[in-house]
Amino acid sequence: MARYVLRRVGLALITLFILSVVVFVVASVLPGSVGRAILGPFADQQSVDQLNKDLGQDGSLISRYLRWAGNALTGDFGDSFKYRRPVMDFVPTALWASVKLALMTIVIVVPLGILGGVVAALRQGKAADRFLTIAGLSLAVTPEFVVGIVLILVFAVNLGWLPAGGSAKGSLWEQFQVLLLPSLTLTAILFGYLSRMARAGTIEALNADYTRTATLKGLKRRTVLRRHVLRNSLLPTIAVIASQMAYLLGGLLVTETLFNYRGLGLLIFEAAGDRDIPMLMGAVFIVGALAMLMTLLADVLIAWLNPRVRLGSKA
Amino acid sequence: MTAVAVPGAGGAPDPAADAAAESRAPAVTAKDVRRELRRQLFRSKTFLGGMIIILFWAFCAAFPAVIATDDPSRQDPASKWVRPFTDGFLFGADRSGRDVFSRMVYGAREIMIIAPAAVVLGTLIGITLGLLMGYFGGPLDDVISRIIEALMSLPVILVALLALSALDASRLTIILLIGFLFGPIIGRTVRAAVLTERNLDYVRAAELRGERSTYIMFVEILPNVVGPIIVEFTVRLGYAVFTMAGLAFIGFGTQPGSPDWGRTIFEERSSLLSDVWWPSLVPALALASLVVAINMVADAIQGLVDR
Repeated sequence: MARYVLRRVGLALITLFILSVVVFVVASVLPGSVGRAILGPFADQQSVDQLNKDLGQDGSLISRYLRWAGNALTGDFGDSFKYRRPVMDFVPTALWASVKLALMTIVIVVPLGILGGVVAALRQGKAADRFLTIAGLSLAVTPEFVVGIVLILVFAVNLGWLPAGGSAKGSLWEQFQVLLLPSLTLTAILFGYLSRMARAGTIEALNADYTRTATLKGLKRRTVLRRHVLRNSLLPTIAVIASQMAYLLGGLLVTETLFNYRGLGLLIFEAAGDRDIPMLMGAVFIVGALAMLMTLLADVLIAWLNPRVRLGSKA
Repeated sequence: MTAVAVPGAGGAPDPAADAAAESRAPAVTAKDVRRELRRQLFRSKTFLGGMIIILFWAFCAAFPAVIATDDPSRQDPASKWVRPFTDGFLFGADRSGRDVFSRMVYGAREIMIIAPAAVVLGTLIGITLGLLMGYFGGPLDDVISRIIEALMSLPVILVALLALSALDASRLTIILLIGFLFGPIIGRTVRAAVLTERNLDYVRAAELRGERSTYIMFVEILPNVVGPIIVEFTVRLGYAVFTMAGLAFIGFGTQPGSPDWGRTIFEERSSLLSDVWWPSLVPALALASLVVAINMVADAIQGLVDR
């Protein structure tokens, strides 16, 4: 197990390096110089050069990468072009807001997805199964803002039960109200994946020999389901959920923009609109690193639950 | 799957006679299998339903003027926020008095060009990458796998956003971007399919005949992994629509005022709060119908290929 984890962490570090290169290269193909973009076409070349130097935008691509990555390692992503303050002044607050939204979503979607999957598996091939599968798949691919708009329309505009957006501030109850619609939007997207995983796991366990043995030795159906089927099908499902967190982080971008919720997604959206490259690079890199960390945790969890993975992966 | 009628000499089938008959009777060709698969596909209600919706939007994209009742950009302050089904506005009018129905029809164009083009590009990249990785394996496979993992750990829309804020967000850029981002993901699926074919006898035979590896990859292996590739293509098409709409929603890839669905929803969403739902809900439902239809088709094809 230790060997597997070490190997996996090593791979994650390599991936992190590739990620930093991707983020840097993509952000560096900016046409023209950054200094020129900020100062406008009428500034003289000298002050443009000076600003480029101040912003660390001079020198070759490789030396700029090394400077950026070196600083990033110490948690310094440079200063935002727009606010002229360190990127890291903004990211933690926004990240915390996004984490709240993500946690709320997980609390809703995990039980719901598992329930849907198990129900579909037990009614395999029947109408309930077909409905859950097609509805889940359709919701999973319907853009977040389409679902979000329907939710806003019903619950905020027509029924007036919940706010149509805003940030999570104030009492726990107020925060809950603000968070509910955006997290339901994300739930709609994730539900399909989770219920499909839970469905597949449950069907596999239902068809397994140990389940047939349990049934044949005369156990009640309820006991068979609880002790033999669900116990074997749900643990892997929970591990798969962890691997969907990377997607969840991306979904925040559109959802937070729609609901005007001040999280990392809205921060990235605004940084992109303002062409605030240090902010954009810093925030995207942090989201990517977080997504990678989640994937790593999910892989380790899966390996811990299933010895076949950690032993079979040497090949 | 395809039943070939073998005239038997009596009731019980005799294995030896069957084998002999089969060698004389016309063998089941790949063409027969394809025809049978197509026949089953066209019997599936999910497939037909999805196809009809997709074709409707494709028609809207190709010939919007035939269906639209008005110029999608003609503004008329007098008819601001006219409700649906009044004054000749089927789905009402938006804040500038433009016809919501006609904008919905014209709005299909951008997405019906970008999404398929991007996925075709992505599939071509994916097939090449997957064949190379699956066939050669070794260090090449390892290196590309790591790069793909790094790409996949980042949400596609974030990478696209990052790139589009640096590059000029034209139609071509978005096609290239989504294509290149999806290519490696499709490549992983193709690789997995190639791995199961790689050690089969026909590949060995071709190798022993001394065929070049490009010939083995593209002529021997590729036709045998077409099934998973078609499934992956349709699934990715859904994701491409999703991604492209998301990008349009956050303001990339379309001009302000364009009837594109994602863009329209972004621009008209504020009127939701005044209980004016039609300018944003109509394109939202159009978008939803398209992705759901693509997924119905993908689901039907997958059901056939998996068997």
